[in-house]
Amino acid sequence: MRFYIKTKKIALQYNNIVPIVFFFLSLAGLYFSKMDISFVVNEVIVRFIRDGVMVLSLIIPITAGMGLNFAIIIGAICAQIGLLIILDFQIGGALGLCFAIIIGVIFAIFLGTLIGISLNRATGKEMIATIIMGFLATGIYQYIFLVGYGTFLPFHNNEIILSRGVGIRSMVDLSIFRNTMDKLWQVQIGSIQIPFFMILTVFAFALVIKYITGTKLGQEIKTVGYNHEKAELLGIDVYSVRIKAIIISTVTACIGQIIFIQNIGMLNVYTAHLNSDIFSCAALLAGGASIKKAKIRHAFLGIFLFHTLFIVSPQAGQNIFSNASIGEYFRSFIAYGAIAFALMTR
Amino acid sequence: MQDRIDIPQIIIIIFVLIMMITAWFANISITYFINDSLIRLVMNGVLVLSLIPMLNAGVGINYGLPIGVVAGLMGMCLAVNFNIKEGLGFILSFLFSIPIAVIFGYIYSMILNRVKGKEEITATFVGFSFIYLTSLFWSIAPFNNPSMLWPIGGEGMRPTIGLKPYFEKILNNLWVIEIQKIKIPLGMLFFYFGLCIFIKFFFKTKIGIASIAVGENETFAKLSGIDIPKIRTLAIILSTVIAALGICVYSQSYGFIELYDAPLMVAFSAASAILMGGGKEGKTKVTHAVIGTYLFQTIYILSAPIANELLLPEVAEIFRNIITNGVILYAILYKNQKNSSSI
Repeated sequence: MRFYIKTKKIALQYNNIVPIVFFFLSLAGLYFSKMDISFVVNEVIVRFIRDGVMVLSLIIPITAGMGLNFAIIIGAICAQIGLLIILDFQIGGALGLCFAIIIGVIFAIFLGTLIGISLNRATGKEMIATIIMGFLATGIYQYIFLVGYGTFLPFHNNEIILSRGVGIRSMVDLSIFRNTMDKLWQVQIGSIQIPFFMILTVFAFALVIKYITGTKLGQEIKTVGYNHEKAELLGIDVYSVRIKAIIISTVTACIGQIIFIQNIGMLNVYTAHLNSDIFSCAALLAGGASIKKAKIRHAFLGIFLFHTLFIVSPQAGQNIFSNASIGEYFRSFIAYGAIAFALMTR
Repeated sequence: MQDRIDIPQIIIIIFVLIMMITAWFANISITYFINDSLIRLVMNGVLVLSLIPMLNAGVGINYGLPIGVVAGLMGMCLAVNFNIKEGLGFILSFLFSIPIAVIFGYIYSMILNRVKGKEEITATFVGFSFIYLTSLFWSIAPFNNPSMLWPIGGEGMRPTIGLKPYFEKILNNLWVIEIQKIKIPLGMLFFYFGLCIFIKFFFKTKIGIASIAVGENETFAKLSGIDIPKIRTLAIILSTVIAALGICVYSQSYGFIELYDAPLMVAFSAASAILMGGGKEGKTKVTHAVIGTYLFQTIYILSAPIANELLLPEVAEIFRNIITNGVILYAILYKNQKNSSSI
């Protein structure tokens, strides 16, 4: 019993220490960067909208005991496939966006099933497996759109193809979707802009995740995450629950990436999805989650802390060392370091 | 025979054969291919060899290869900073990088011994974060040889440092024999096979045998009284040191020291090469590493001219990427199963 209390105490300290460190780093960065507070707040709100859903997509695999799901990058790829197909057929506006989401989600369900089945072969090594899957999927995706588009895939839109007739341009404009969602219900308070619709969308996804954890499936996911053998004794099909957890995560990530890209208004076809996994994981961990336990409040707190640090660090590096790249290296170090630290501490 | 050829090896060998036939039709010269493949074998081979001690001690594939690489980069930068040229500079960069690698390896082993069972993913992220930590170091490093610093301002290292005035291709050009346009870099091959023999003999020593025992079956090793953390620590330090030497060999052959985040993904191609050769946890032989490196580098050499011939030069890079990660993923998904069932 005493041992139990002791471990719980340590766990509590660890959970708090990461957000505290991030808080003080952000505060120091904010002070040294001498940036305008309202500018930083605006930027953080934008980042919250862009990355919120993506970060939320990590929660369910963690609950299922599968660790950080770096394969959310594949969800992001599905989103980009959806957008590219819609661009190819040039369906604009809200209708196009809906189609993009539907196509992306179909791909995400299919690929999520595939990832889930594969991960059942790699029990205990899920994280390294998902990170390699992400790299592999990136390669295949790049190959399909750089080589396949215009050769074995038919194309319908001359605007987005490279001049040699094969492959999509590395940067495509999404003007046909621009401002379909972002500017809805936008309120200006002083110099801070608050797009209520988008913020509510992110909260809605948080509620969906919260709802799923409350359902029967959610309880099964929790049990599987706690102990495989116990779950099996209770008559739960561990493998199918794990597959479902990954499908939910991939689909959420897909929708998250669509929100991200339509907010930017441009699509870097071959690179937009890269690093979305690392930064989402780092943000979640910055909020105090661990690789065994993650909650929605960790995600929201983490996004604010991580992105504040992310925004201020280049300028802070510029002001302290007169070298902006120091701040950039520092923030990359913090992102990877947060994940490494979470993996080291148990 | 426990050394059966696996499906990926068959696919890769068929693939390499197809590439060679394509190369034949595309008129890619064979002498170019042989010369290049021998050099690239050693250039990348040492980094691949560095994975063996950790893999055999059951620590898994060393995805934290950047740690050893950074130690080697620091050793070379010290040698360049003191303006030591030619062979002496190259040997000194070895001597400088070894103690750094030992210290790094020791700290790295303390991390990995904490996270048993999750070494590979932890190593990946320790390696990634270490690259950015050292990027901070490079941008404020107290070196003072102007050929390494930014020309303007004179502070912070350049991302690529030319080794031409120092020890570029010093090992490549050692004892080269030319037989009908085919250049055989004897010095380089001696160095490489010397290292291979060293590793082979290491696994014949008491520590080496103990480390294989740990890699094959930890419970059994524990019962026979082997100090597992100590063996693992030694294996990790050895891997880190060889990785440091590996990047020195690579850089002198490439002609540049590449700093900052250039070595970020170095571990994955090395891992792919050793898995392609048939490396397994606890059972990796030097021959696996040599064959794997040769196959991997053959793909590397042939893919660029073939892609150019097809007028799609970007494809080579993407294709290599797919092969690299496909091989690693196959190993994770299909070897893991065997491991867990055998315990």
